[in-house]
Amino acid sequence: MANMNLFEQLVYYYQQNGAYVLSQFMRHFLVSIYGVIFAAIIGIPIGIFIAHHTKLSSVVIAIANVIQTVPSLAMLSIIMIGLGLGVNTVIVTVFLYALLPIIKNTYTGMLNVSDDILDSGKGMGMTRWQILRMVELPLSLSVIMAGLRNALVLAIGITAIGTFVGAGGLGDIIIRGTNATNGGAIILAGALPTALMAIISDTVLAWIEKRADPTQK
Amino acid sequence: MFLTMEHLNKTYPGGKVAVDDFNLNIEKGEFVCFIGTSGSGKTTTMRMINRMLSQTSGTIKLNGEDIGKMDPVKLRRKIGYVIQNIGLMPHMTIRDNITLVPRLLKWPQDKMDERAKEMIKLVELPEDYLDRYPSQLSGGQQQRIGVVRALAADQDLVLMDEPFGALDPITRESLQDLVKDLQERLGKTFVFVTHDMDEALKLSTKIVIMDGGEIMQVATPDDILRHPANEFVENLIGKDRLIQARPSITTVGQVMLKDPISTTPGKSLTDALRLMHDKRVDSLLVTDEAGILKGVIGIEDVDYNFNSATSVSDIMKKDIFYVQSNSLIRDTVERILKRGLKNIPVVDDQHRLVGIVTRATLVDIVYDALWGDEAEDEASNNIHHEEDAAKTSTKGGDLK
Repeated sequence: MANMNLFEQLVYYYQQNGAYVLSQFMRHFLVSIYGVIFAAIIGIPIGIFIAHHTKLSSVVIAIANVIQTVPSLAMLSIIMIGLGLGVNTVIVTVFLYALLPIIKNTYTGMLNVSDDILDSGKGMGMTRWQILRMVELPLSLSVIMAGLRNALVLAIGITAIGTFVGAGGLGDIIIRGTNATNGGAIILAGALPTALMAIISDTVLAWIEKRADPTQK
Repeated sequence: MFLTMEHLNKTYPGGKVAVDDFNLNIEKGEFVCFIGTSGSGKTTTMRMINRMLSQTSGTIKLNGEDIGKMDPVKLRRKIGYVIQNIGLMPHMTIRDNITLVPRLLKWPQDKMDERAKEMIKLVELPEDYLDRYPSQLSGGQQQRIGVVRALAADQDLVLMDEPFGALDPITRESLQDLVKDLQERLGKTFVFVTHDMDEALKLSTKIVIMDGGEIMQVATPDDILRHPANEFVENLIGKDRLIQARPSITTVGQVMLKDPISTTPGKSLTDALRLMHDKRVDSLLVTDEAGILKGVIGIEDVDYNFNSATSVSDIMKKDIFYVQSNSLIRDTVERILKRGLKNIPVVDDQHRLVGIVTRATLVDIVYDALWGDEAEDEASNNIHHEEDAAKTSTKGGDLK
């Protein structure tokens, strides 16, 4: 091992532990996705609600901002006190961090729909629900997607720290590398897929975001 | 009555009165323009018709039914709605935009497709535009779609809020023609808000002039030009338009000379001659005791028949040309000029003599029509001169 250079060591690690890395990759990805999906389920309706009741918006966004300000390791530890070790703690943490970009973007996206379009929609006899479904959501979809994209990239980073509360994921591999002597290759073996995951999900969501933009038609 | 608005009031929280006791009846097929300065309550009033705003008090009835008791969503689907900034859905194709209300009303798909084709033909755009998106059309084309979108579900009433305000003059004109044509051809009723007087005069069958939430005048375009109700209306119409419109809206009664020299048939020729001499005229109109025009005598008739005839009735010409005082100058001037008459008696509805039009009057009319503005200025100068002269003469009187 010692006579191999870093790159060769990395390749060797993947050859020996390919299945393990893949399973941790999937676990990492799913933890991030679950957190973001829960945040979307809660955050998008909140965003819609505060867009229709703008007086509440400053309060809600301020709260989400405070959550965002707490350092992630601190947040993880605080949640751990309540939920104990394990994957649930990480999912809840990811959920909390994903809320702000999702709420904020949903709110902004809804506000960006021009008043003229809403006025003509209402004037033609659309119900509130129809305006939301046929006008507001389609027109703010790309902005909401941009929020999800931010949230997911953020979530992938937070999940990496999740290893400290025993949630598994690619963070496990990185920590193992930092603990080993000359563990550079192992660190890379964990860090590279993490970075790759973030970059790929960012790119894919950016593409979807663009497709969703009505003005591109 | 198709649409009735009774005692409409709209007061905003804080006490600002936007509409104050608004009463209006609109018949089917009318083109009604609401015009006024900004803040006059015209848009507010229009938006109450489809309940985009609710009135503080008063009732609106559509086909005799109180709209306050109807489901606002159902009501709006029956009323076309066009706004200034078009408001097409940018994420929907033109087809989907046109058939938006039919879709809300759950029409079958084939009926909607057919309607979309009909509608695009109505505004003279090619059929393949149906699959485009609004951003691929010019502003004028977009507003054409906006107009037919308001008609696609067979709406009888269409509300338009300054729909052509943002368009260039040429596009605006073609859209005005389109809308006027649709109104005349399809018999739709339009309520049209504008602040452009030319637009209102061109399109409407009835103009509602508003200021500060109150109706200043409701009348046809002709009537508004002919009889502006007050100074506000005059200013809104503008001096230029009033002058331009003068030959086409002025009546004979407004320009004629009043109190023409007249005599009665029973008078003797001596009396008639004396009257001519006193008043320095060469002819006399003849009326009976009730003032009804009977004929005319000229100085040549008196001269020729002085020895054989005794009374005016013996020599007066009964077959004479006259005009009605309420007929339009536009319609009469040419006839007068062609006949080459020196003067024409003017009569009212009951055939009573009320005035006379001389060739000098006609000169004034032609002069006004061509140089109206300048003539007006000079006229006001003259008034000042006369006032001065009047003052001088009073002074003179005092000295005596």
